[in-house]
Amino acid sequence: MAKGFHMSISRRRFIGWVGAAGLTAAAGKTGRAASNKHFQGYPESLAVLHDTVLCVGCRSCEKACNRVNELPPPDRPFEETSVLERKRRTTEKALTVVNRYGEGGTSRPPVFYKTQCNHCLEPACASACFVRAFEKTALGPVTYDATVCVGCRYCMIACPFEVPAYEYNEPLTPRVMKCTMCHPRVEEGLLPGCVEACPTEALVFGRRGDLIGLARRRMEKHPGRYVDHIYGEHEMGGTSWLYISGVPFRALGMREDLGTTPAGELTAGALGAVPMVVGLWSVLLTGVYAMTKRKEKISRQELEQAVASAVADADENAQQRLAQALAKAEKEKAKAVQDAVEKALEQAAGAKPEEGS
Amino acid sequence: MSEDTGAVRESYLTAFNVIAGAIVVVGLILTALRFTKGLGAVTNLSHNNPWGIWIGFDLLAGVALAAGGYVTSAAVYIFGMKRYHSAVRSAVLTGFLGYALVVVALNYDVGQPWRLPYPFIMQQGTTSVLFEVGACVLLYLIVLFIEFTPAPLEWLGLKKARNLAVKLTMVLTIFGVILSTLHQSSLGALFLIAPAKLHPLWYSPYLPIYFFVSSIIAGLSMVMFESTLTHRYFSHKMDVVHLQEKDEVTLGFGKAAAWVLAGYFMIKVVGLSAGDNWRLLGTGYGVWFLVELLGFVALPCFLFAVGVREGNRKLIRWTAALTVVGVMVNRLNVSLVAFNWHLPQSERYFPRWTEIGISIFLVTLGLIAFRFIVTRMPILYAHKDYEDPH
Repeated sequence: MAKGFHMSISRRRFIGWVGAAGLTAAAGKTGRAASNKHFQGYPESLAVLHDTVLCVGCRSCEKACNRVNELPPPDRPFEETSVLERKRRTTEKALTVVNRYGEGGTSRPPVFYKTQCNHCLEPACASACFVRAFEKTALGPVTYDATVCVGCRYCMIACPFEVPAYEYNEPLTPRVMKCTMCHPRVEEGLLPGCVEACPTEALVFGRRGDLIGLARRRMEKHPGRYVDHIYGEHEMGGTSWLYISGVPFRALGMREDLGTTPAGELTAGALGAVPMVVGLWSVLLTGVYAMTKRKEKISRQELEQAVASAVADADENAQQRLAQALAKAEKEKAKAVQDAVEKALEQAAGAKPEEGS
Repeated sequence: MSEDTGAVRESYLTAFNVIAGAIVVVGLILTALRFTKGLGAVTNLSHNNPWGIWIGFDLLAGVALAAGGYVTSAAVYIFGMKRYHSAVRSAVLTGFLGYALVVVALNYDVGQPWRLPYPFIMQQGTTSVLFEVGACVLLYLIVLFIEFTPAPLEWLGLKKARNLAVKLTMVLTIFGVILSTLHQSSLGALFLIAPAKLHPLWYSPYLPIYFFVSSIIAGLSMVMFESTLTHRYFSHKMDVVHLQEKDEVTLGFGKAAAWVLAGYFMIKVVGLSAGDNWRLLGTGYGVWFLVELLGFVALPCFLFAVGVREGNRKLIRWTAALTVVGVMVNRLNVSLVAFNWHLPQSERYFPRWTEIGISIFLVTLGLIAFRFIVTRMPILYAHKDYEDPH
């Protein structure tokens, strides 16, 4: 039995955990249905506690990780501690790395700490992936499916812990590379490679709830040895890799400003607006179009009316003038007739006396 | 033009052809390198900096600057501003070419481009903002293609198909505005997931709104900027209506850009206040933020207003160019300059010349395609069989 695993826990019990984790998780799958509820992780899911106080920086975990994941041999052997001179991050060839904080002078010893995927309870990578290549399993590990990955690398943008790496030098089948908490091994009832290889109790594998309890007990048992914080209990909504430390986490290069909001909630609002935009925009734009059309129609009608009435006005004037002219002509005609009659009468009156004399 | 230059033109040895040809040759070599040696051989991308200028410039700036299509067609067909009708076709063409190039650029950037349809046919990652971006860009590319088809169909003399495409104008325009609203804003929303990596002066819950509003500015400016260029190089292809309406487009779009820039300036200040980030203005990043906000937002807003008031078309055109640069600066700031600001200088990203080479190559392809099309198809003039613009 691996030394790093809790001595008192038998393999049989461990396998029992795995089964229980799967079962209870299957039963609790609808827990996320109400979005205003706080998701506290799949019940009974598995996790790792990293006690940096107990880490001696031997890099056995790195070596085991390399072996069980069949990664290419390292540039320098794992036994070489000079590697620790420079701060390193996870790469496509090293899914976990140990770093050293402090030079280890006379006053206080150096602190070693291990970095790998933290297996968030609600992972940023899984939320960001547009092909669902990542999955938070009910068992605990966050897995990655290389057979569907397009290689957009949005997971790497999204990950607040800067963990996923990419095979940039692979021309045809590049993959995102990250720790899987040895998901295939854990399913078989084996320990993750790194935990199995750890010669101290710096890495402990178990149920997440139990590990938080264990971390608290260690803090209580050794007052003053630990900073009063379990890193990963609440960061980004909680992670399945937990850390306790004797120095502030920020000194180890771990972000203390990440907050407790799971990554998915950061984009949920924007995505929720999509159906609103589709619904409202289509009505609004069609409405504006209809209003524009109607305005054009009305202005056209008004124009037509104006033209028609102008023509009508012109007609009426003409009629009036004609009538006036006619009336005038009539009058003149009547006057002319009258004049003619008068004249004839006058002539007749003048002729009569001449006839009688 | 003397007859000499005409003869040179016939020999295809124009300055444009020589330079474009050289760029294409280099681009093809770099393309071969990219697909045989992998991303690592031609880019400076790293595990900490997974996105470079192919995302920052080609995708983010490219999509914003291709917004002229939806902005112009919405103005003309939805808001009934028919006096800008002559600007629609070239704006739609630029939009279509822009989006097509964005998709080509993505084929360079993603690790396994042949899998680009996977999010739609294999597994749908609907919790991802990128899924929405992908779906909208794909649909909008199709919309732009259909919106563009009347020109080639007129050129080919396919009357029935052309008339059918024209009948779809209204529906396509509304669909285009909806899709553009969604993906222009979503490109900003991509970064909402990384508050720990993007500098607080650029990170804001309003990022999607900023990206959408600035895309309108980018679209308006690109139409003005492009009209300047087409007028200089293709004025012989323009008909009377285009030549007459050109100045009206410049004045009208300049006025619109001044207003939208004013609104954008205001919401940027609102974001600054909401995040209570005033004290950060005193830092180095703060100075750069002020350069962006004052130099590329407030200043062009003012210059557009002055240009419109005085009828100074030259000033408006130069301001449009300034604004186009400003939108590029903004997109590069969000995706590269202010992204990973917390990392030490040695771990920051700066593009390799080969990355820039590919970007220039793709822009050149766009220019070649644009030239090919406007010299053949009725883009800058109305086809004689379809003179009535409506």
